[in-house]
Amino acid sequence: MNNEELKQKISAIESDLVFEDKQYLTITVEPEKFKGLALKLRNDKDLSFDYMFNITGVDYGDLLGVCYFITSTQFSHIIELKVKAKSRENAEIETVCDIWKTAEFQEREIYDLLGIKFINHPDLRRIFLEEDWVGYPLRKDYVDEVNIVER
Amino acid sequence: MEGVLPINQVVSEVEQQEYIINMGPQHPSTHGVLRFLLSLKGEVVQYVQPHCGYIHRGIEKMTEKITYPQIIHLTDRLDYLSAHMNNEAVSLCVENALQIEVPERVKYIRTIMAELSRLASHQLWWAAFGMDLGALTTFFYGLRDREYILDIFEQTTGSRLTQSYNCPGGLMNDIHPDFQKKVKEFIKNFRKVLPEYNQLLTGNVIFHERTKGIGLLSKEDAISFGVTGPSGRGSGFSCDLRKSHPYSAYDKVDFKEILYTEGDTFARYQVRMDEMLESMNIIEQLIDNIPEGDYALKMKAIIKLPEGEYYQRVESARGEFGVHIISDGNKNPYRVKFRSPNFSNLSAIDSMARGFKIADLVAISGSLDLVIPDLDK
Repeated sequence: MNNEELKQKISAIESDLVFEDKQYLTITVEPEKFKGLALKLRNDKDLSFDYMFNITGVDYGDLLGVCYFITSTQFSHIIELKVKAKSRENAEIETVCDIWKTAEFQEREIYDLLGIKFINHPDLRRIFLEEDWVGYPLRKDYVDEVNIVER
Repeated sequence: MEGVLPINQVVSEVEQQEYIINMGPQHPSTHGVLRFLLSLKGEVVQYVQPHCGYIHRGIEKMTEKITYPQIIHLTDRLDYLSAHMNNEAVSLCVENALQIEVPERVKYIRTIMAELSRLASHQLWWAAFGMDLGALTTFFYGLRDREYILDIFEQTTGSRLTQSYNCPGGLMNDIHPDFQKKVKEFIKNFRKVLPEYNQLLTGNVIFHERTKGIGLLSKEDAISFGVTGPSGRGSGFSCDLRKSHPYSAYDKVDFKEILYTEGDTFARYQVRMDEMLESMNIIEQLIDNIPEGDYALKMKAIIKLPEGEYYQRVESARGEFGVHIISDGNKNPYRVKFRSPNFSNLSAIDSMARGFKIADLVAISGSLDLVIPDLDK
């Protein structure tokens, strides 16, 4: 399916989505609708997005967000799903690790470095840093006077 | 001797108890500082919990403070055995964002270099995998032959391991005048040596006992866990980006994607053995046809990417390596994410090792070919 067909097909599944034509078709979705959409994208037999090849957590300044890159091994079309959490202090997004198992580790990494909590994640612990580490290093307002030298 | 239990009873009691054991972080078969928390009943693995982060250097955070050509030098330190492919991913991502096309000569040399480092990586994997299973000779064979490739790298790039050879716009410098001759010599030699590898290990009965039917990974699980590269292709997951999303000169060469459907340790072994042959085929098709021309484009002193998001996928020796650059128009990236193949491959180890013996875990993690700095970032 090309981007235009994907756009039509996906907007029929779920309403209120924002589509952008970038390198891949980018779909911005509200956090409360995200899990439902992800499940439908995975299980629809014409779309069958079964392989998630990357998850990026981003600090957008005012909000924290996550970009999910998913593709279909059968049809090899690619889309990027973008979710922005509602608040910065208590950023929460529902987990997708029951849909794509690779998300379990990737979400732990994002929790570790950006502090986004994934609701219903089975084992949400820090993965790289120690349990008692203060702060989330990939946030733009993170301060570490010892390890980060400002020039 | 009152109060001493008969030996049968002791053994059966021990096998009923659950033990929690740490394997690593300093353990020869984890190939780096990785810790597995194991739950064992007797010798049988109940679950595996990988603990990583012992060499987390914060590379993604570091990239936010430096310029695009400088990022190249950090990507070498991710998966140090596929440094060329990691460099290539960043270079291609920056070139796509600037919408520039590198000369044909660059594409050819990049492809040859990538395949050479895939060969060197698989040789080292073969060497270490044999040693993990107790066959010490493989280590000497593998490292002996890898030395040829490292010498070729050193001659052209000036470095044996962290080459930093690809850069946005082309290559750091032109190939050495002896490059083609040496590569052809190496391939001629390695075609003779590869059957020795097979005689030594592939047909060995003990090796079959240790690897066949061990560490099963279904195709569905491989896709769901994102297990890519030779490990994924051993489960029948067709994930070779050189075939499905060709970059550089891969669309000009004729090669097979190696697929095995068994999904066990032996299948993953065979994929890598066959891939070594395919890599040599690819190099042979290109080595005599490197076009004349510049080895790099003239780039601006300060590279600024237009505002936006860019993603590039390449096939490294261990699977799909991805670079996601978010730019706000400055000379530094706003956010860079590296999708490391090892991290996803590691996440499948629990489901692969459950129910097998602790010695099989060594074989399974060896067959995944983990490089720890890559997954720790």
